[in-house]
Amino acid sequence: MWLELQWRNFSDQFYDNFIKDNRWRYMTNGLVNTLTITVVALALGLAIGFVIAYIRVTHDNTGKLRPFNSIARLYLTVIRGTPALVQLLFIYFVIFANSSLPKILVAALSFGINSGAYIAEIFRGGMMSVDKGQSEAGRSLGLNYGQTMWRIIMPQAVKNALPALGNEFITLLKETSIAGFVAVQELTKGADIIRSRTYNAFMPLTAAAVIYLGIVLILEKLLGALEGRLRRSDHR
Amino acid sequence: MITVKGLRKRFGDAEVLRGIDEHVEQGEKVAIIGPSGSGKSTLLRCLNLLETPSEGEVWFEGVQLTAKNTDVDRLRRKMGMVFQHFNLFPHLTVRKNITLAPVLLGLQTQAEADENAGRLLKRIGLTDKAAEHPGRLSGGQKQRLAIVRSLAMKPDVMLFDEPTSALDPEMVGEVLDLIKELAAEGMTMIMVTHEMGFAREVANRILFMDEGVIVERNTPGELFGRPQSARLRDFLSKVL
Ligand SMILES: Nc1ncnc2c1ncn2[C@@H]1O[C@H](COP(=O)(O)OP(=O)(O)OP(=O)(O)O)[C@@H](O)[C@H]1O
Ligand SMILES: [Mg+2]
Repeated sequence: MWLELQWRNFSDQFYDNFIKDNRWRYMTNGLVNTLTITVVALALGLAIGFVIAYIRVTHDNTGKLRPFNSIARLYLTVIRGTPALVQLLFIYFVIFANSSLPKILVAALSFGINSGAYIAEIFRGGMMSVDKGQSEAGRSLGLNYGQTMWRIIMPQAVKNALPALGNEFITLLKETSIAGFVAVQELTKGADIIRSRTYNAFMPLTAAAVIYLGIVLILEKLLGALEGRLRRSDHR
Repeated sequence: MITVKGLRKRFGDAEVLRGIDEHVEQGEKVAIIGPSGSGKSTLLRCLNLLETPSEGEVWFEGVQLTAKNTDVDRLRRKMGMVFQHFNLFPHLTVRKNITLAPVLLGLQTQAEADENAGRLLKRIGLTDKAAEHPGRLSGGQKQRLAIVRSLAMKPDVMLFDEPTSALDPEMVGEVLDLIKELAAEGMTMIMVTHEMGFAREVANRILFMDEGVIVERNTPGELFGRPQSARLRDFLSKVL
Protein backbone atom coordinates (compact mmCIF):
# COMPACT_ATOMS: atom_id res chain seq x y z
CA MET A 1 0.00 0.00 0.00
CA TRP A 2 2.71 2.41 1.07
CA LEU A 3 4.89 1.26 -1.76
CA GLU A 4 2.12 1.80 -4.25
CA LEU A 5 1.64 5.32 -2.97
CA GLN A 6 5.34 6.02 -3.33
CA TRP A 7 5.31 4.67 -6.85
CA ARG A 8 2.31 6.77 -7.80
CA ASN A 9 4.04 9.78 -6.32
CA PHE A 10 7.24 9.03 -8.20
CA SER A 11 5.56 8.51 -11.54
CA ASP A 12 3.56 11.73 -11.10
CA GLN A 13 6.73 13.62 -10.41
CA PHE A 14 8.46 11.93 -13.30
CA TYR A 15 5.59 12.93 -15.58
CA ASP A 16 5.70 16.51 -14.33
CA ASN A 17 9.42 16.89 -14.68
CA PHE A 18 10.19 15.10 -17.88
CA ILE A 19 7.09 14.20 -19.92
CA LYS A 20 4.80 17.18 -19.55
CA ASP A 21 5.43 19.89 -22.16
CA ASN A 22 8.25 17.71 -23.50
CA ARG A 23 10.48 18.85 -20.65
CA TRP A 24 12.87 15.98 -21.27
CA ARG A 25 14.08 18.04 -24.18
CA TYR A 26 15.81 20.38 -21.72
CA MET A 27 17.84 17.39 -20.63
CA THR A 28 18.64 15.99 -24.08
CA ASN A 29 19.39 19.38 -25.63
CA GLY A 30 21.45 20.19 -22.56
CA LEU A 31 23.37 16.96 -22.94
CA VAL A 32 24.09 17.67 -26.60
CA ASN A 33 25.35 21.15 -25.70
CA THR A 34 27.47 19.81 -22.85
CA LEU A 35 29.10 17.24 -25.11
CA THR A 36 29.62 19.78 -27.89
CA ILE A 37 31.33 22.25 -25.57
CA THR A 38 33.46 19.49 -24.05
CA VAL A 39 34.63 18.07 -27.37
CA VAL A 40 35.36 21.44 -28.98
CA ALA A 41 37.13 22.66 -25.83
CA LEU A 42 39.14 19.47 -25.59
CA ALA A 43 40.30 19.74 -29.21
CA LEU A 44 41.27 23.36 -28.66
CA GLY A 45 42.90 22.55 -25.32
CA LEU A 46 44.97 19.75 -26.88
CA ALA A 47 46.14 22.05 -29.67
CA ILE A 48 47.05 24.87 -27.27
CA GLY A 49 48.59 22.47 -24.78
CA PHE A 50 50.74 20.83 -27.44
CA VAL A 51 52.12 24.12 -28.70
CA ILE A 52 52.73 25.58 -25.24
CA ALA A 53 54.44 22.41 -24.01
CA TYR A 54 56.65 22.33 -27.12
CA ILE A 55 57.67 25.94 -26.56
CA ARG A 56 58.40 25.43 -22.87
CA VAL A 57 60.42 22.24 -23.33
CA THR A 58 62.32 23.55 -26.35
CA HIS A 59 63.22 26.69 -24.43
CA ASP A 60 64.39 24.68 -21.44
CA ASN A 61 66.40 22.28 -23.64
CA THR A 62 67.98 24.69 -26.10
CA GLY A 63 67.48 28.22 -24.79
CA LYS A 64 65.64 29.13 -27.99
CA LEU A 65 62.12 30.64 -28.33
CA ARG A 66 62.68 32.97 -25.41
CA PRO A 67 59.91 35.51 -26.21
CA PHE A 68 57.40 32.73 -26.89
CA ASN A 69 58.38 31.09 -23.66
CA SER A 70 57.65 34.30 -21.74
CA ILE A 71 54.21 34.52 -23.33
CA ALA A 72 53.58 30.85 -22.57
CA ARG A 73 54.50 31.33 -18.92
CA LEU A 74 52.28 34.38 -18.60
CA TYR A 75 49.39 32.41 -20.10
CA LEU A 76 49.96 29.50 -17.71
CA THR A 77 50.17 31.78 -14.70
CA VAL A 78 47.02 33.73 -15.50
CA ILE A 79 44.88 30.75 -16.50
CA ARG A 80 45.93 28.53 -13.62
CA GLY A 81 45.78 31.38 -11.14
CA THR A 82 42.20 32.51 -11.77
CA PRO A 83 38.86 30.67 -11.49
CA ALA A 84 37.43 29.16 -14.65
CA LEU A 85 34.15 30.97 -13.97
CA VAL A 86 35.86 34.36 -13.90
CA GLN A 87 37.59 33.50 -17.18
CA LEU A 88 34.28 32.47 -18.72
CA LEU A 89 32.50 35.64 -17.62
CA PHE A 90 35.42 37.78 -18.75
CA ILE A 91 35.59 36.19 -22.18
CA TYR A 92 31.81 36.35 -22.60
CA PHE A 93 31.08 39.81 -21.24
CA VAL A 94 34.32 41.62 -22.04
CA ILE A 95 36.16 40.10 -24.96
CA PHE A 96 33.16 38.86 -26.93
CA ALA A 97 30.69 41.42 -25.58
CA ASN A 98 29.83 42.78 -29.02
CA SER A 99 30.33 39.68 -31.06
CA SER A 100 27.65 37.69 -32.80
CA LEU A 101 29.35 34.35 -32.21
CA PRO A 102 27.00 31.69 -30.84
CA LYS A 103 27.13 31.58 -27.04
CA ILE A 104 27.98 27.93 -27.05
CA LEU A 105 31.06 28.58 -29.16
CA VAL A 106 32.25 31.37 -26.89
CA ALA A 107 31.85 29.01 -23.93
CA ALA A 108 33.78 26.25 -25.74
CA LEU A 109 36.52 28.76 -26.53
CA SER A 110 36.75 29.76 -22.89
CA PHE A 111 36.94 26.18 -21.66
CA GLY A 112 39.46 25.32 -24.37
CA ILE A 113 41.73 28.19 -23.36
CA ASN A 114 41.37 27.14 -19.75
CA SER A 115 42.09 23.48 -20.24
CA GLY A 116 44.95 24.24 -22.66
CA ALA A 117 46.99 25.44 -19.69
CA TYR A 118 46.48 22.24 -17.74
CA ILE A 119 47.04 20.05 -20.80
CA ALA A 120 50.26 21.96 -21.55
CA GLU A 121 51.65 21.06 -18.15
CA ILE A 122 50.51 17.45 -18.58
CA PHE A 123 52.29 17.22 -21.94
CA ARG A 124 55.38 18.91 -20.56
CA GLY A 125 55.55 16.39 -17.74
CA GLY A 126 55.09 13.60 -20.28
CA MET A 127 57.93 14.90 -22.43
CA MET A 128 60.28 15.33 -19.50
CA SER A 129 59.59 11.79 -18.35
CA VAL A 130 60.96 10.36 -21.61
CA ASP A 131 64.50 9.09 -21.03
CA LYS A 132 67.25 11.46 -22.18
CA GLY A 133 68.84 8.59 -24.09
CA GLN A 134 65.90 8.63 -26.49
CA SER A 135 66.67 12.07 -27.84
CA GLU A 136 70.40 11.28 -27.86
CA ALA A 137 69.73 8.20 -29.97
CA GLY A 138 67.60 10.25 -32.36
CA ARG A 139 70.15 13.03 -32.67
CA SER A 140 73.04 10.59 -33.09
CA LEU A 141 71.24 9.12 -36.12
CA GLY A 142 71.26 12.57 -37.70
CA LEU A 143 67.67 13.59 -36.96
CA ASN A 144 67.32 17.28 -36.15
CA TYR A 145 65.73 18.62 -32.98
CA GLY A 146 62.22 18.89 -34.44
CA GLN A 147 62.27 15.45 -36.04
CA THR A 148 63.48 13.89 -32.82
CA MET A 149 60.80 15.72 -30.90
CA TRP A 150 57.89 14.78 -33.15
CA ARG A 151 58.82 11.24 -34.07
CA ILE A 152 60.54 9.98 -30.93
CA ILE A 153 59.76 12.09 -27.87
CA MET A 154 56.15 13.16 -28.49
CA PRO A 155 54.66 9.71 -29.15
CA GLN A 156 56.15 8.43 -25.92
CA ALA A 157 55.19 11.59 -24.06
CA VAL A 158 51.55 11.28 -25.12
CA LYS A 159 51.52 7.70 -23.95
CA ASN A 160 53.00 8.71 -20.60
CA ALA A 161 50.50 11.54 -20.30
CA LEU A 162 47.43 9.52 -21.20
CA PRO A 163 46.12 8.87 -17.67
CA ALA A 164 46.45 12.54 -16.73
CA LEU A 165 44.86 13.58 -20.03
CA GLY A 166 41.93 11.29 -19.30
CA ASN A 167 41.48 12.99 -15.96
CA GLU A 168 41.56 16.38 -17.62
CA PHE A 169 38.89 15.23 -20.08
CA ILE A 170 36.63 14.20 -17.21
CA THR A 171 37.29 17.41 -15.29
CA LEU A 172 36.47 19.42 -18.38
CA LEU A 173 33.19 17.60 -18.93
CA LYS A 174 32.03 18.43 -15.42
CA GLU A 175 33.37 21.97 -15.51
CA THR A 176 31.20 22.85 -18.50
CA SER A 177 28.32 22.94 -16.02
CA ILE A 178 29.27 26.54 -15.22
CA ALA A 179 28.41 27.57 -18.81
CA GLY A 180 24.89 28.18 -17.50
CA PHE A 181 26.24 31.42 -16.03
CA VAL A 182 26.38 32.88 -19.53
CA ALA A 183 22.98 31.46 -20.42
CA VAL A 184 24.22 28.46 -22.35
CA GLN A 185 21.65 25.71 -21.90
CA GLU A 186 23.89 22.79 -21.15
CA LEU A 187 22.90 19.81 -19.06
CA THR A 188 23.00 21.45 -15.62
CA LYS A 189 21.19 24.54 -16.84
CA GLY A 190 18.58 22.31 -18.49
CA ALA A 191 17.95 20.56 -15.20
CA ASP A 192 17.75 23.89 -13.44
CA ILE A 193 15.19 25.21 -15.91
CA ILE A 194 13.00 22.19 -15.21
CA ARG A 195 13.39 22.84 -11.48
CA SER A 196 12.23 26.43 -11.94
CA ARG A 197 9.14 25.20 -13.79
CA THR A 198 8.15 22.34 -11.50
CA TYR A 199 9.55 23.57 -8.18
CA ASN A 200 10.98 20.07 -7.82
CA ALA A 201 14.76 20.06 -7.44
CA PHE A 202 15.30 16.41 -6.66
CA MET A 203 14.17 14.85 -9.92
CA PRO A 204 15.93 16.97 -12.54
CA LEU A 205 19.17 17.37 -10.57
CA THR A 206 19.34 13.64 -9.88
CA ALA A 207 18.79 12.99 -13.55
CA ALA A 208 21.60 15.39 -14.47
CA ALA A 209 23.94 13.83 -11.92
CA VAL A 210 23.20 10.32 -13.19
CA ILE A 211 23.90 11.39 -16.77
CA TYR A 212 27.24 13.02 -15.84
CA LEU A 213 28.19 9.96 -13.84
CA GLY A 214 27.23 7.66 -16.69
CA ILE A 215 29.40 9.54 -19.19
CA VAL A 216 32.32 9.65 -16.78
CA LEU A 217 32.09 5.90 -16.20
CA ILE A 218 32.00 5.25 -19.94
CA LEU A 219 35.01 7.55 -20.46
CA GLU A 220 36.96 5.81 -17.72
CA LYS A 221 36.26 2.46 -19.33
CA LEU A 222 37.34 3.65 -22.77
CA LEU A 223 40.51 5.28 -21.44
CA GLY A 224 41.37 2.20 -19.44
CA ALA A 225 41.03 0.04 -22.53
CA LEU A 226 43.16 2.43 -24.58
CA GLU A 227 45.90 2.52 -21.94
CA GLY A 228 45.89 -1.25 -21.70
CA ARG A 229 46.32 -1.54 -25.45
CA LEU A 230 49.19 0.92 -25.55
CA ARG A 231 50.90 -0.75 -22.61
CA ARG A 232 50.73 -4.14 -24.25
CA SER A 233 52.27 -2.81 -27.45
CA ASP A 234 55.57 -2.00 -25.74
CA HIS A 235 56.92 -2.99 -22.43
CA ARG A 236 60.52 -2.08 -22.29
CA MET B 1 89.18 10.95 -40.37
CA ILE B 2 88.59 12.35 -36.88
CA THR B 3 90.88 14.91 -35.34
CA VAL B 4 90.61 16.43 -31.88
CA LYS B 5 92.61 19.51 -30.97
CA GLY B 6 92.98 21.00 -27.50
CA LEU B 7 89.61 19.64 -26.41
CA ARG B 8 88.37 20.71 -23.00
CA LYS B 9 85.01 20.10 -21.38
CA ARG B 10 83.73 21.61 -18.17
CA PHE B 11 80.53 20.78 -16.31
CA GLY B 12 80.09 23.80 -14.07
CA ASP B 13 83.31 24.02 -12.07
CA ALA B 14 84.46 20.49 -12.79
CA GLU B 15 86.84 20.15 -15.74
CA VAL B 16 86.21 16.66 -17.06
CA LEU B 17 88.37 16.83 -20.20
CA ARG B 18 91.59 18.75 -19.72
CA GLY B 19 93.19 19.09 -23.13
CA ILE B 20 92.77 16.16 -25.52
CA ASP B 21 94.68 15.92 -28.82
CA GLU B 22 94.12 12.84 -30.94
CA HIS B 23 93.80 11.72 -34.51
CA VAL B 24 91.99 8.64 -35.80
CA GLU B 25 92.68 7.37 -39.32
CA GLN B 26 90.15 5.72 -41.56
CA GLY B 27 89.92 2.00 -40.82
CA GLU B 28 91.48 2.30 -37.37
CA LYS B 29 89.95 0.55 -34.38
CA VAL B 30 90.66 2.59 -31.30
CA ALA B 31 89.75 1.44 -27.82
CA ILE B 32 89.50 3.88 -24.92
CA ILE B 33 90.12 2.46 -21.47
CA GLY B 34 90.52 4.04 -18.05
CA PRO B 35 89.02 4.24 -14.58
CA SER B 36 85.44 5.26 -13.94
CA GLY B 37 84.90 9.01 -14.17
CA SER B 38 88.07 9.61 -16.19
CA GLY B 39 86.10 11.24 -19.01
CA LYS B 40 85.91 8.39 -21.57
CA SER B 41 82.19 8.79 -22.30
CA THR B 42 82.46 12.55 -22.33
CA LEU B 43 85.25 12.39 -24.91
CA LEU B 44 83.25 10.00 -27.10
CA ARG B 45 80.14 12.19 -26.83
CA CYS B 46 82.17 15.27 -27.77
CA LEU B 47 83.12 13.56 -31.04
CA ASN B 48 79.53 13.75 -32.37
CA LEU B 49 78.70 16.82 -30.32
CA LEU B 50 76.19 15.16 -28.01
CA GLU B 51 78.27 17.17 -25.56
CA THR B 52 79.37 20.63 -26.64
CA PRO B 53 83.10 21.08 -26.03
CA SER B 54 84.00 24.04 -23.81
CA GLU B 55 87.23 24.63 -25.75
CA GLY B 56 89.07 23.12 -28.68
CA GLU B 57 88.16 21.67 -32.04
CA VAL B 58 86.69 18.46 -33.39
CA TRP B 59 87.18 17.69 -37.08
CA PHE B 60 85.42 14.95 -39.05
CA GLU B 61 86.25 14.16 -42.68
CA GLY B 62 87.83 17.54 -43.18
CA VAL B 63 84.98 19.56 -41.65
CA GLN B 64 85.23 21.30 -38.31
CA LEU B 65 82.24 20.11 -36.30
CA THR B 66 82.82 22.74 -33.65
CA ALA B 67 82.66 25.64 -36.13
CA LYS B 68 79.64 27.87 -35.83
CA ASN B 69 77.94 27.21 -39.15
CA THR B 70 78.57 23.48 -39.47
CA ASP B 71 75.50 21.35 -40.21
CA VAL B 72 76.09 18.93 -37.34
CA ASP B 73 72.92 16.93 -38.05
CA ARG B 74 74.22 16.09 -41.52
CA LEU B 75 77.63 14.97 -40.26
CA ARG B 76 76.09 12.86 -37.49
CA ARG B 77 74.46 10.68 -40.15
CA LYS B 78 77.94 9.37 -40.91
CA MET B 79 78.83 8.76 -37.26
CA GLY B 80 76.95 5.83 -35.76
CA MET B 81 76.69 5.67 -31.99
CA VAL B 82 75.92 2.72 -29.76
CA PHE B 83 74.98 3.37 -26.15
CA GLN B 84 75.41 1.38 -22.98
CA HIS B 85 71.64 1.26 -22.44
CA PHE B 86 70.72 0.60 -26.10
CA ASN B 87 68.27 3.53 -26.33
CA LEU B 88 66.03 1.70 -28.77
CA PHE B 89 62.74 3.40 -29.60
CA PRO B 90 60.17 1.47 -27.54
CA HIS B 91 57.14 2.83 -29.40
CA LEU B 92 58.36 1.56 -32.77
CA THR B 93 58.63 -1.96 -34.11
CA VAL B 94 62.02 -3.57 -34.49
CA ARG B 95 61.94 -2.91 -38.24
CA LYS B 96 60.80 0.71 -37.79
CA ASN B 97 63.65 1.29 -35.35
CA ILE B 98 65.99 0.60 -38.25
CA THR B 99 64.11 2.39 -41.02
CA LEU B 100 62.96 5.55 -39.21
CA ALA B 101 66.05 7.69 -39.71
CA PRO B 102 66.99 6.80 -43.31
CA VAL B 103 63.39 7.31 -44.44
CA LEU B 104 62.75 10.47 -42.43
CA LEU B 105 65.97 11.98 -43.74
CA GLY B 106 65.02 11.15 -47.31
CA LEU B 107 68.01 8.88 -47.90
CA GLN B 108 65.92 5.83 -48.74
CA THR B 109 62.32 5.14 -49.70
CA GLN B 110 60.34 3.07 -47.21
CA ALA B 111 60.62 0.07 -49.56
CA GLU B 112 64.39 0.38 -49.86
CA ALA B 113 64.75 0.87 -46.14
CA ASP B 114 62.55 -2.14 -45.39
CA GLU B 115 64.61 -4.29 -47.70
CA ASN B 116 67.80 -3.07 -46.08
CA ALA B 117 66.32 -3.67 -42.63
CA GLY B 118 65.44 -7.19 -43.72
CA ARG B 119 69.08 -7.84 -44.60
CA LEU B 120 70.34 -6.35 -41.34
CA LEU B 121 67.84 -8.31 -39.25
CA LYS B 122 68.77 -11.49 -41.04
CA ARG B 123 72.39 -10.80 -40.23
CA ILE B 124 71.65 -10.65 -36.49
CA GLY B 125 69.11 -13.47 -36.62
CA LEU B 126 66.09 -11.36 -35.68
CA THR B 127 64.09 -11.71 -38.87
CA ASP B 128 61.10 -13.18 -37.06
CA LYS B 129 61.04 -10.27 -34.57
CA ALA B 130 60.73 -7.55 -37.22
CA ALA B 131 57.12 -6.70 -36.42
CA GLU B 132 57.50 -6.84 -32.63
CA HIS B 133 58.45 -4.04 -30.29
CA PRO B 134 61.96 -4.01 -28.83
CA GLY B 135 60.61 -4.48 -25.31
CA ARG B 136 60.28 -8.17 -26.10
CA LEU B 137 63.96 -8.66 -26.94
CA SER B 138 66.74 -9.91 -24.68
CA GLY B 139 69.56 -7.53 -23.75
CA GLY B 140 71.91 -9.02 -26.30
CA GLN B 141 69.30 -8.84 -29.02
CA LYS B 142 68.56 -5.23 -28.10
CA GLN B 143 72.18 -4.18 -28.38
CA ARG B 144 72.65 -5.99 -31.68
CA LEU B 145 69.53 -4.24 -32.97
CA ALA B 146 70.93 -0.90 -31.79
CA ILE B 147 74.12 -1.62 -33.71
CA VAL B 148 72.36 -2.42 -36.97
CA ARG B 149 70.07 0.59 -36.48
CA SER B 150 73.23 2.70 -36.71
CA LEU B 151 74.52 0.64 -39.64
CA ALA B 152 71.35 1.41 -41.59
CA MET B 153 72.67 4.96 -41.97
CA LYS B 154 75.80 3.54 -43.65
CA PRO B 155 78.12 5.39 -41.27
CA ASP B 156 81.81 6.01 -41.90
CA VAL B 157 82.69 5.58 -38.24
CA MET B 158 81.05 3.83 -35.30
CA LEU B 159 81.29 5.08 -31.72
CA PHE B 160 80.64 2.54 -28.98
CA ASP B 161 80.20 3.55 -25.34
CA GLU B 162 80.57 0.42 -23.24
CA PRO B 163 78.22 -1.58 -25.45
CA THR B 164 78.31 -4.66 -23.22
CA SER B 165 78.36 -3.30 -19.66
CA ALA B 166 74.59 -3.39 -19.25
CA LEU B 167 74.37 -7.00 -20.45
CA ASP B 168 74.12 -10.25 -18.56
CA PRO B 169 77.43 -12.09 -18.90
CA GLU B 170 76.03 -14.79 -21.15
CA MET B 171 74.98 -12.16 -23.72
CA VAL B 172 78.25 -10.26 -23.94
CA GLY B 173 79.72 -12.67 -26.47
CA GLU B 174 77.05 -12.28 -29.14
CA VAL B 175 77.43 -8.49 -29.10
CA LEU B 176 81.22 -8.56 -29.15
CA ASP B 177 81.10 -11.03 -32.05
CA LEU B 178 79.03 -8.60 -34.10
CA ILE B 179 81.43 -5.75 -33.33
CA LYS B 180 84.37 -7.96 -34.31
CA GLU B 181 82.66 -8.70 -37.61
CA LEU B 182 82.32 -4.99 -38.29
CA ALA B 183 85.95 -4.50 -37.43
CA ALA B 184 86.95 -7.25 -39.83
CA GLU B 185 84.93 -5.57 -42.58
CA GLY B 186 87.05 -2.47 -42.19
CA MET B 187 84.71 -0.20 -40.23
CA THR B 188 86.45 2.66 -38.45
CA MET B 189 85.61 2.30 -34.77
CA ILE B 190 86.15 4.11 -31.52
CA MET B 191 85.04 2.12 -28.51
CA VAL B 192 85.01 2.80 -24.82
CA THR B 193 85.21 -0.55 -23.12
CA HIS B 194 85.91 -2.37 -19.88
CA GLU B 195 86.51 -5.62 -21.77
CA MET B 196 90.30 -5.71 -21.85
CA GLY B 197 90.47 -8.99 -23.74
CA PHE B 198 88.20 -7.58 -26.41
CA ALA B 199 90.23 -4.35 -26.64
CA ARG B 200 93.43 -6.33 -27.03
CA GLU B 201 91.95 -8.52 -29.73
CA VAL B 202 90.10 -5.96 -31.84
CA ALA B 203 91.82 -2.61 -31.36
CA ASN B 204 94.91 -1.64 -33.27
CA ARG B 205 95.45 1.24 -30.87
CA ILE B 206 94.46 1.82 -27.26
CA LEU B 207 94.10 5.12 -25.42
CA PHE B 208 94.40 5.07 -21.65
CA MET B 209 92.59 7.97 -20.01
CA ASP B 210 92.81 9.21 -16.46
CA GLU B 211 91.50 12.44 -14.91
CA GLY B 212 90.52 14.00 -18.21
CA VAL B 213 93.71 13.45 -20.17
CA ILE B 214 95.05 10.69 -22.41
CA VAL B 215 97.90 9.38 -20.30
CA GLU B 216 99.15 6.72 -22.73
CA ARG B 217 98.41 5.69 -26.29
CA ASN B 218 99.89 2.59 -27.86
CA THR B 219 99.33 -0.68 -29.65
CA PRO B 220 97.63 -3.30 -27.48
CA GLY B 221 100.80 -5.36 -27.23
CA GLU B 222 102.91 -2.44 -26.04
CA LEU B 223 100.27 -0.87 -23.83
CA PHE B 224 99.43 -4.06 -21.96
CA GLY B 225 102.95 -5.50 -22.20
CA ARG B 226 105.03 -2.44 -21.28
CA PRO B 227 102.93 0.16 -19.50
CA GLN B 228 105.00 3.34 -19.09
CA SER B 229 103.20 5.24 -16.37
CA ALA B 230 102.50 4.30 -12.79
CA ARG B 231 98.84 5.17 -13.30
CA LEU B 232 98.41 2.70 -16.15
CA ARG B 233 100.29 -0.02 -14.25
CA ASP B 234 98.04 0.61 -11.28
CA PHE B 235 94.91 0.49 -13.48
CA LEU B 236 95.98 -2.70 -15.24
CA SER B 237 96.78 -4.42 -11.98
CA LYS B 238 93.18 -3.85 -10.92
CA VAL B 239 91.40 -4.90 -14.11
CA LEU B 240 93.53 -7.73 -15.46
N1 LIG C 1 76.13 16.00 -17.79
C1 LIG C 1 77.02 16.04 -16.78
N2 LIG C 1 76.94 16.99 -15.83
C2 LIG C 1 77.84 17.05 -14.83
N3 LIG C 1 78.87 16.20 -14.68
C3 LIG C 1 79.01 15.23 -15.60
C4 LIG C 1 78.10 15.09 -16.69
N4 LIG C 1 78.49 14.05 -17.45
C5 LIG C 1 79.59 13.55 -16.84
N5 LIG C 1 79.91 14.26 -15.74
C6 LIG C 1 81.06 14.00 -14.87
O1 LIG C 1 82.21 13.97 -15.66
C7 LIG C 1 83.12 12.99 -15.20
C8 LIG C 1 83.50 12.08 -16.32
O2 LIG C 1 82.34 11.38 -16.73
P1 LIG C 1 82.37 10.29 -17.87
O3 LIG C 1 80.99 9.75 -17.97
O4 LIG C 1 82.95 10.86 -19.09
O5 LIG C 1 83.35 9.20 -17.26
P2 LIG C 1 83.69 7.76 -17.79
O6 LIG C 1 85.14 7.69 -17.95
O7 LIG C 1 82.85 7.45 -18.99
O8 LIG C 1 83.27 6.83 -16.57
P3 LIG C 1 82.54 5.41 -16.57
O9 LIG C 1 83.61 4.39 -16.80
O10 LIG C 1 81.99 5.30 -15.18
O11 LIG C 1 81.49 5.42 -17.62
C9 LIG C 1 82.43 12.28 -14.04
O12 LIG C 1 82.95 12.80 -12.85
C10 LIG C 1 80.99 12.65 -14.21
O13 LIG C 1 80.35 12.72 -12.95
MG1 LIG D 1 81.19 6.16 -19.36
